[in-house]
Amino acid sequence: MSNTVIKVENLSKQYRLGEIGTGSITHDVNRWWSRVRGKEDPYLKIGDVNDRTVKGDSEYVWALKDINFEVKQGEVLGVIGRNGAGKSTLLKILSRTTTPTIGSVKIKGRIASLLEVGTGFHPDLSGRDNIFLNGAILGMTKQEIKNKFDEIVDFAGIERYIDTPVKRYSSGMYVRLAFGVAAHLESEILIIDEVLAVGDAEFQKKALGKMQDASTQEGRTVLFVSHNMAALSTLCTTSILMQYGQIVAQGNTRQIIDKYISAGIHSEGEILQDEIIYKEKSSKAFFNSIRVICNNKITNLVGIGDEVIIELEYTIVVQDTILNCSIHLLDNFGACIFATTNLASANLLVDDYSGKSLQMGRYKSHCKIPANFLNDANYVINAFLVPKDNHDMASVENALTLSVTETGEMRKEYTGQWIGMLRPKFAWNTIFVG
Amino acid sequence: MEELLNKNEHWDLELKPRTSLLDINLKEVWQYRDLMVLFVKRDFVAKYKQTVLGPVWHFIQPILTTLISFMLFNVVANIPTDGMDSILFQMSGIIIWNYFSTCLTNCSNVFVTNASIFGKVYFPRLVMPLSIVISNIVQFGIQLLLLFCTMIFIGIYKGEQIYIGWAWLMIPVYVFIMAITGLGLGIIFSSLTTKYRDLSVLLAFGIQLLMYATAVNYPLSFIAKKSHKLYNIIKLNPIASLVDGFRNAVLKGNVDFHSLVYPVIFMTVTFFIGMILFNKVEKTFMDTV
Repeated sequence: MSNTVIKVENLSKQYRLGEIGTGSITHDVNRWWSRVRGKEDPYLKIGDVNDRTVKGDSEYVWALKDINFEVKQGEVLGVIGRNGAGKSTLLKILSRTTTPTIGSVKIKGRIASLLEVGTGFHPDLSGRDNIFLNGAILGMTKQEIKNKFDEIVDFAGIERYIDTPVKRYSSGMYVRLAFGVAAHLESEILIIDEVLAVGDAEFQKKALGKMQDASTQEGRTVLFVSHNMAALSTLCTTSILMQYGQIVAQGNTRQIIDKYISAGIHSEGEILQDEIIYKEKSSKAFFNSIRVICNNKITNLVGIGDEVIIELEYTIVVQDTILNCSIHLLDNFGACIFATTNLASANLLVDDYSGKSLQMGRYKSHCKIPANFLNDANYVINAFLVPKDNHDMASVENALTLSVTETGEMRKEYTGQWIGMLRPKFAWNTIFVG
Repeated sequence: MEELLNKNEHWDLELKPRTSLLDINLKEVWQYRDLMVLFVKRDFVAKYKQTVLGPVWHFIQPILTTLISFMLFNVVANIPTDGMDSILFQMSGIIIWNYFSTCLTNCSNVFVTNASIFGKVYFPRLVMPLSIVISNIVQFGIQLLLLFCTMIFIGIYKGEQIYIGWAWLMIPVYVFIMAITGLGLGIIFSSLTTKYRDLSVLLAFGIQLLMYATAVNYPLSFIAKKSHKLYNIIKLNPIASLVDGFRNAVLKGNVDFHSLVYPVIFMTVTFFIGMILFNKVEKTFMDTV
């Protein structure tokens, strides 16, 4: 007997766009008529891929299309994808709040879903009453809640307020209580959507720990949807990556996260004027292009041992502008690893145009990142053009991604995982002192 | 070989696009009985939270309505009450009608008002309308107590003959028929209104009009005397027979079993239609609500 607890087969879900009104009655009648004649639903044949940004021809879209995957017992599966990738629809079907249009899901064991914390909390009821109510909504019996009651109160840390209406709670207390109830569910399968985005850091850690216990110690299966890559990577062993309602990749969480990062952001190693999306626009200058150059080629895939040049090409449109360029390098999670600029005192070389009044026209600035400095990871580049008074600057976030891959150059001795955001090759020496 | 194994594998739950019409899982509803009790408790506790008078409001509302109806229909319009005390006549009609109308309105809104819960968690949706019917029974019970107190008061104060007897055993029967009819109609309305809201607009004023066609403030016999045609039309409304029957049973001890036949048939039919519609709609209503 296999230990697969969730089996999703050919799962698809169609939604109708636009308003429901008089127009939808004709479709309903049409649908009913074809069913009477024993024909297929005419609206199932059409339908666009669910890309929300592009205007489609059809009123019908497939929020999910041919989803297939299996989850084994005790597995913690992450579901990753941009907004609109179909994650929530998938969770809705799994948690039985809606049904699929085509396909099926087979489930072994009790399933509990946490698409939101505090579902059904009544503001006027006390914490105690709400624990029972919320627990029952999530599928616990009264006896089960009674047994866990003290644990829940303790976990939430709200003992003093237990008989106060929850509308008097601080939002943190409210969320802690709600998560406390959910975390003590006794279901074999737990579906969690973004609930960790609440509470303070300490509570998040507690919640994360609780979920980890659920899978490692209690052998429960967890499906976890989040945009928090750090939480995903610590919690989930495997993940699926969704895009436009389809699964595009499946496997080891770290690899999936890398794929997710590089899939969404421009991945060509070059971004041109009309593709650039500014966070802030300047009246003094604009970018013509931003590119990554390695071994005289434009690419965003470089090796550990390669020297990387980031080239900013920009046009100055106001005479006598004093301006400097700046680059931020970020990791997958959006944390800045370093910021660098061509201001004279922050530059290894002498830049002839730095700090000078520039005449109108096009300029190119190069920033050289030495070889053997970056780690085997994905990075994101933000680029800035900063006029002298720091006002009116042009900024582009997520302009490019940079994938640095292992070449084995620094791996002749040590082959394990190399931690750290950077992997600089520094000067080491050892002397014998006694 | 693997094919064979897979076929024999047991799954606890299978989610598929369409299930049969009568696939109503009452066993599951029973598993969630604790939730039903908690919903009833919630409705009851939360209703008058942060009010000074609290549960006293359960009494004030029917008392005031009774007084107004008494003034209008009995003092001003001088409509006879079939030999029953007019105050008791009005009050008994009002409380049983209130029970039915709140059941119907609340059940008919069940999908729309609970969309936020239904969209996040699964539990058998039928739990919700059932809990509405039950929590209204509690309220009805309280008001029935008020009616009994008023009867005793009027009996002592006015020295009128008050009926106490076996016919009171019929009260649960009337309430049951009312409850299931209200539930059935309510879930029919709620199922039909998830996609097209037209019916809820109709229901909002329809229920007010229905009250006048339900013999709440006048006896059916009065209509029978005035116009036979109108009487036959009003008899089409099963609730009219129920309200009239309930009043006669409680205040006079007259039980007319023949008048129950039509309401019982009506109840059974609406309940089954309701269940079928509700069952069909509950699975996908989140997409259209």
